[in-house]
Amino acid sequence: MTALLEARGVTKRFGAVEALRGASFAVGEGEVVALMGDNGAGKSTLIKTICGVYAPDAGEIHFAGRPIAGMSPSAVHDLGIETVYQDLALAPDLDTAANLFLGRELLAPGLLGRLGVLAKKRMAARASQVLTDLKVAIKDPAAPVATLSGGQQQSVAVARAVTWADRLVIMDEPTAALGVPQTRAVLDLIRRVRDSGRSVVLISHSLPDVLAVSDRIEVLRLGRRVARLVTKDTDEAQIVGAMTGAWTQEEAA
Amino acid sequence: MSARASTGRRRRALLGSATDITAILLVIVALFAILDFDAFFTTANLTNVLISASLLIVMAVGATFVLVTGGVDLSVGSVLVFSGVVAGEVMKAMGGQGWGAALVGVAVSMAAGAAWGVVNGLVVTKLRVPPLIATLGSFGAAQGLAQVITNGNDLKDIPYELVDTLGVGRVAGVPWLVVVALAVALAGGLVLAVTRYGRRTYAIGSNAEAARRAGVSVDRHLVSVYTMAGLLAGLAGIMSYAQFGSTTLSGHATDNLAVIAAVVIGGTSLFGGVGTMFGTLVGTMIPAVLANGLVIVGLNSFWRDFAVGVVLVAAVYLDQLRRRARTAR
Repeated sequence: MTALLEARGVTKRFGAVEALRGASFAVGEGEVVALMGDNGAGKSTLIKTICGVYAPDAGEIHFAGRPIAGMSPSAVHDLGIETVYQDLALAPDLDTAANLFLGRELLAPGLLGRLGVLAKKRMAARASQVLTDLKVAIKDPAAPVATLSGGQQQSVAVARAVTWADRLVIMDEPTAALGVPQTRAVLDLIRRVRDSGRSVVLISHSLPDVLAVSDRIEVLRLGRRVARLVTKDTDEAQIVGAMTGAWTQEEAA
Repeated sequence: MSARASTGRRRRALLGSATDITAILLVIVALFAILDFDAFFTTANLTNVLISASLLIVMAVGATFVLVTGGVDLSVGSVLVFSGVVAGEVMKAMGGQGWGAALVGVAVSMAAGAAWGVVNGLVVTKLRVPPLIATLGSFGAAQGLAQVITNGNDLKDIPYELVDTLGVGRVAGVPWLVVVALAVALAGGLVLAVTRYGRRTYAIGSNAEAARRAGVSVDRHLVSVYTMAGLLAGLAGIMSYAQFGSTTLSGHATDNLAVIAAVVIGGTSLFGGVGTMFGTLVGTMIPAVLANGLVIVGLNSFWRDFAVGVVLVAAVYLDQLRRRARTAR
């Protein structure tokens, strides 16, 4: 499989702390890859380096064959990569459509548009289309998202990322704050995103979630990749072993 | 269900968080109308109410944007005085009379106000000084500079052209002051409600980090919001000078609190992200109607301050209730 995203030997230091020590990571087209690791393994740092939040000290990152290491976050966005952050990053007082189009508002045609007038109906229609496609049912799309349940808010955040990510959606602990039914809804959503031909990176501590939804698992430990597993050929014991250091796949690094 | 949702949506679009307070204003107006219809409910008297509110309306429009971003601007009253003083000095230097001096005076006053707004915005965004302190600083500084420039004596010479139009003149029976105030409110309301600029103002007040991650240049937007608030205080400065024929150095020390009270009474949240211009208009009218009506029905107008204080606290309490109800779900 040709990789859509491939990071090789990425190093990132913060002062004396070496968060990434030659970490590698790869995602293929239309694949759900779980990125796992204990706290401090470097998962968030790796993701932020891919997204352009940090520039790597060493190493290469390629996306669709182009080097992207050191690009700005907005340049990375423009390539079709979106991230759903752990803390949602929604504006709670705005409604669903306003959140989906935050920072990318559609303007009315003609003179009104040049005056900065929003195309609210067009945005609402496109938002409801996106939500229908993802089978996300929002009770009242015109209500502020703060009035939605945690699961629905997470769905809005995911839908927002999916709307703009043509190629790759990165999700940082999307189910951490959710109950069982909401978690199931988000996992279904991840499957639908994959079925639409996009790739997904899932950062999660939840083994059941990862086993349920991912195609492959890559494990980081102490800033380095220690295992690459195919989900259907592995089990909890092997994953936990890789995370804790009881077992290392030598060729993974 | 769908019918209820759609009326809910319509009410939200029209009044938003200002539903309750609009009812309160209507009750107050009805009460005064019942108590003394002939004196209160006349065109002339209601026009007077609007005149007395016009300066506050202009400043409150700017303050609505500032509060929706989650900030605050305490400097408006001093900026009003400062802008009037600078415009007054420039007009004096131009000979003191004539349309040329009058128009330059309007432009200079607005520019002087905008300059303070830029300073406020940069101190808040670049120096990371909280808006409360940044604008409290310019509140003192602008007032001080105005006193320094005038040596503490009010300027009193203003072009008659300006007094006869903006100051006391009328168009089609409506005072210029009211026309300007309502035009500013209408324009500000439209910008806030239907444009990308307004949408991003709400977004920043709701969650600045989310806006930043979504690619909104938050700092630039905030500077522009404070600049607009300053510019409108400058406009109010020349309106005040034209209305009173004096720079009223000591007359605006509590404008900032009056403006914030009006905006908050109108349903704009101190925590940002929520508010409407219509609500601000209602919130400005409540103190103005009270002041006028209380005198007409023979009560001391000092009761206004008492009543406004109660309404203000009640308005913020309602906002808290709304937030609690929202997060409880």
